[in-house]
Amino acid sequence: MTDPMVPVPYRVAGRVVETADSVSLRLEPRGKPLPEAKLGQFMMLYCHGVGEVAISVSGPGPTHTIRAVGAVSRALHDLTPGTLVGVRGPFGTSWDIEKATGNDVVIVAGGAGLCPLRPVLADVLDHRGDYGRVVVVAGARTPEDFLFPDELASWAGRHDVELLRTIDRPAPGWTGPVGFVTEPLAGLALDPERTRAFLCGPEPMMRACAEILLAKEMSAQHIRVSLERAMKCGIGLCGHCQLGPLLVCRDGPVVDYTVAGPLLAVKEL
Amino acid sequence: METQVLDRTGLGQLVDALRDEGYRVIGPTVRDNAIVLAELDSAEQLPAGWGVTTAPGRYRLRRRDDEAVFGHSSGPQSWKSYLHPPRRKLFEVNRTGEFTPAPEDDPRYAFLGVRGCDLAAIAILDRVLGAGAHPDGSYQRRRRELFVVAVNCTEPGELCFCTSMGTGPAAGPGYDLGLTERADGDGHRFVVDVGTSKGAQLLGKLTVRPAAEGEVREAREDVAAAAGRMGRAMPEADLPTAIREARESPQWEEVASRCLTCGNCTMVCPTCFCTTTEDVTDLTGDHAERWQRSASCFELDFSYVHGGSVRTSGSSRYRQWFSHKLGTWHEQFGSSGCVGCGRCIAWCPTGIDITEEAAKLAEYPGGTP
Repeated sequence: MTDPMVPVPYRVAGRVVETADSVSLRLEPRGKPLPEAKLGQFMMLYCHGVGEVAISVSGPGPTHTIRAVGAVSRALHDLTPGTLVGVRGPFGTSWDIEKATGNDVVIVAGGAGLCPLRPVLADVLDHRGDYGRVVVVAGARTPEDFLFPDELASWAGRHDVELLRTIDRPAPGWTGPVGFVTEPLAGLALDPERTRAFLCGPEPMMRACAEILLAKEMSAQHIRVSLERAMKCGIGLCGHCQLGPLLVCRDGPVVDYTVAGPLLAVKEL
Repeated sequence: METQVLDRTGLGQLVDALRDEGYRVIGPTVRDNAIVLAELDSAEQLPAGWGVTTAPGRYRLRRRDDEAVFGHSSGPQSWKSYLHPPRRKLFEVNRTGEFTPAPEDDPRYAFLGVRGCDLAAIAILDRVLGAGAHPDGSYQRRRRELFVVAVNCTEPGELCFCTSMGTGPAAGPGYDLGLTERADGDGHRFVVDVGTSKGAQLLGKLTVRPAAEGEVREAREDVAAAAGRMGRAMPEADLPTAIREARESPQWEEVASRCLTCGNCTMVCPTCFCTTTEDVTDLTGDHAERWQRSASCFELDFSYVHGGSVRTSGSSRYRQWFSHKLGTWHEQFGSSGCVGCGRCIAWCPTGIDITEEAAKLAEYPGGTP
């Protein structure tokens, strides 16, 4: 049996610069590939001699989008095509997008929160007829900080997708709304019974968005959020990713707001 | 089969027989003014005639007036050091990307002198590390090979509360052989309970005599009486609920004013299992290794994600440890994470008492009035 703590070698097959500090790396297995991740699951990416971090799957291949924010993510960010990456996974829960079939889908993403939601939207668009309205609310610090700009442009051009973009601070040339994603979200008229929401971003953003959706009388169990905590093993053995009763790597990262809401409300839990 | 009795010579044979079968025998011995666990070459190394006196923040050896070898309560170590070692290599890798898992040279251990509390702790580690979707292979291999000689406790310490946790003073299930030590006018001897066929087989190699009339009953009575002599008790309350309701209690701040966040409690706890990883390279950077080592939820960087740690305050870190041990452990692994050994009380430099803190929370979940 293979040891889940030992990575499988992959190599960087493609590298796309997304923003000033983010890249998308398309990985290719050097030998036998790992099982395909379900939407919302994550992989542990190991950079030779530097360390390992949990990264969501942002596209096919698998593709991982990495923002350089720490020692390991910076090292991964700087990898060039052909270099080796160790991969473990896939781990964790999925968005369960299938359960949203027949309903309206609202996707809310703040900053890098768009990464694990991009495959969700891609899947919804692949089965567009299975869903009602499709709304995407995406926020970034500046216009240049939007990930996947080409795709955003193509979604913006579709009549069957409502794309709302907002930036944190006014910027030259930006004519869209300025403010947090909560504002366009609050302005949406939703059918609370038939809406299913998928949120990813900083915790205060997810909480604020969930509260808005709850105020619109959506049920907390129809709001799915993706959580982030420190992870060393990814398989429920190291204890780092605890959030109250959750081992986020095992019971998350994607959970219902019925579970996440009371936990996120407690400071330093 | 009749209950058998070993004398002190028979106990020596037990160690020798286990060693002959290729086991590394781990048991209590005296070192640095404490009863520690170490590999034993013979039963002569057992702490004959040594007892301990414990109190919050205090642990002292004392001379007993008999030659009992298991007449002491828990020391600073627990069996997890052997089943879940504090430092372990996970893999090596070179620049060409060949990941080589660390060799599976996991030793065959025989544990001598496992108390009820500690046997329950091993059962908890089995659920945490050995029973999930992705079990720890090294733990599983060590555990599979393990031979357990348990000891029923007849001498609980001042900080013990196994009775209230349902883990002792009688040991088991889960042992191969179980001993009840008797040192009185009738001599120094061990009444033996057989737990497995492996245990019976080993016992067959030793010099034993059948138990005399009343000997087994007396041994059982001794163990039963120990249940009434616990120095501490965990409150009989629905702790998971009380702790959940007490998340915002001012009690955590009060404990934090006494807690040094040193992590001693997590080191001595027989069920604290958390680990972190370390990446090392040689000077050229070609050869890299990843190691796993023990970690503590009291460490500031334990909850570090980019941008900072989730739990920076001492109160949040104490709350995490306490709430996990007595509360959320139930949801995660189906039982409490506490077995009532009392180690965390003895080895806390400021003597914080988990049973006392639990009692306060159980009484006033929202905080002291």
